[in-house]
Amino acid sequence: MAFDSFGAFMIMEGHGPYVWTCYFVFFLLMGTVSLWSLRQRRAVIAQHRRAESPRVREKSPAGASFTRIEPSQD
Amino acid sequence: MWQIFHKLGSPKWFFGIASKLMPWLLWVGLSLLAAGIVWGLGFAPKDYLQGNSYRIIFIHVPAALLAQSVYMMMAVAGLVTLVWRMKLADVFVRAVAPVGAILTFLALFTGAVWGKPTWGTWWIWDARLTSMLILLFLYFGVMALGAAISDEKSSARAVAVLVLVGVVNIPIIKYSVEWWNTLHQPATFKLTEKPSMPAEMWVPLLLSVLGLYLIFGWLACLRMQTEILVREGRTRWVKELVQARGN
Amino acid sequence: MTTEFTVGLRAPEASVGTATAMKAVFVRDLKTAFRQPQDLLNPLLFFVMVVTLFPLGVSPEVSFLQQAGSGILWVAALLSVLLSLDHLYRHDFDDGTLEQLVLQPQPLFLLVLAKSLAHWVLTGLPLVLLAPVLGVMVHLEGNSVAVLCLTLLIGTPVLSLIGSIGAALTLGLRSAGVLLSLLIIPLYIPVLIFGTGTVMAASEGASVEGQLALMGAFLVLALTLAPFASAAALRISLSNS
Repeated sequence: MAFDSFGAFMIMEGHGPYVWTCYFVFFLLMGTVSLWSLRQRRAVIAQHRRAESPRVREKSPAGASFTRIEPSQD
Repeated sequence: MWQIFHKLGSPKWFFGIASKLMPWLLWVGLSLLAAGIVWGLGFAPKDYLQGNSYRIIFIHVPAALLAQSVYMMMAVAGLVTLVWRMKLADVFVRAVAPVGAILTFLALFTGAVWGKPTWGTWWIWDARLTSMLILLFLYFGVMALGAAISDEKSSARAVAVLVLVGVVNIPIIKYSVEWWNTLHQPATFKLTEKPSMPAEMWVPLLLSVLGLYLIFGWLACLRMQTEILVREGRTRWVKELVQARGN
Repeated sequence: MTTEFTVGLRAPEASVGTATAMKAVFVRDLKTAFRQPQDLLNPLLFFVMVVTLFPLGVSPEVSFLQQAGSGILWVAALLSVLLSLDHLYRHDFDDGTLEQLVLQPQPLFLLVLAKSLAHWVLTGLPLVLLAPVLGVMVHLEGNSVAVLCLTLLIGTPVLSLIGSIGAALTLGLRSAGVLLSLLIIPLYIPVLIFGTGTVMAASEGASVEGQLALMGAFLVLALTLAPFASAAALRISLSNS
């Protein structure tokens, strides 16, 4: 341990505010980006499902019984 | 060989692999980053010159390194887009550009805050900070051009050309900024240049760099998946996947 | 078989040599530009006005202007080249000439090179010729004015060449002007740094051959690489519209 007490760890001989601001902003931004990206993916999936659900219900379950490999790269 | 290459270009294949990789990338990355930061903040010895403010290095350097490598990765992807017309490469560029911009901003911000106790001022037109600022402009340019062209294919290729032009310029910019810096303020004290760093300092630094790279990998996979879902919304496999996912 | 066939097919078209085609593009651009002389004058007026802003906005003191003069002139020149870039392909794009140009059998990058050179003759060269007058107005001393003109002479073609990439990329987009500046300004920074740095070194009495040689290297690099990027960008923009 480089510091004697938790208080000393927070203050860091006067450099604490700078160090902690950096770490705070770093985690704030990285966390925001991560959460935002997660929510974006969830939103896209939900949107697709909403767009699709009525038609899928119309179709008989047999639609899922055969598998067809579709090349998705054109 | 070509089959593998073709597979690599298939969004469906990528989607599956990414789903398997992502938990590993995230958790290993987070633990490495946490280990590096805790070690660096609490246990690494104090720097004899800069005191405790140097502890910013454990996020400043990873962010700066990653910000630059993300642009390089984008350039490689841009080349792939132009030469092989691989869709996934463009998906990568799109997904990753904002992350790169944020990392560049973080490198700038932490550099500026670090500068306050070290130089006594928030901002110095230091060679590294200035080239990071220009890198941020390059990221903004890529994002702006991508957003401005609505057609997916030409947008992909235009962005690829821009990224490649930028990557040719990066070394020139770096060199000229360094030359300009020596012209205006000879030999200021550099933030991260150390003659020799003891192992208690560089090992945690290495850990946090590795950790952030892995977390970036996770974020890139996640954002690429989203982009693929948007673009391939009409294909059968996406529809099946959307239905199969519980919530 | 197929190669012979295509060669046979190409031969009559390619009878117009590449050099001739480049010359034709170059001359045509000059001629069409002189039909609207006001468009040629505007970047120059802009250049003069931006330079005027600095003594008014910052300080008219001789010591300040002497120090900042080269930077002011370079920034003003850079901005006026930037503003004129929109015209580089716009008219040809609107009237369909550009599509014809892309379809020519001559390599597109050489035709693009000819267009960029024409752009330089129309905007960069007048700036270089005007620079001594403005240099005297910002109190640059004798030798510095000459060096400033020399750096502009080497530097402005680089601006035109790099700018042509941006102009080609943003062709046909709404709000192309601002976007073009966003894309291109970061790429102009090295030229600006060396342009002003050389003049400042000259005013301090240092030798400037090294810097001028480096700027020459920038020019060579831009001459060899920019037309390729710009030709690729043109093809993309045309396939888009």
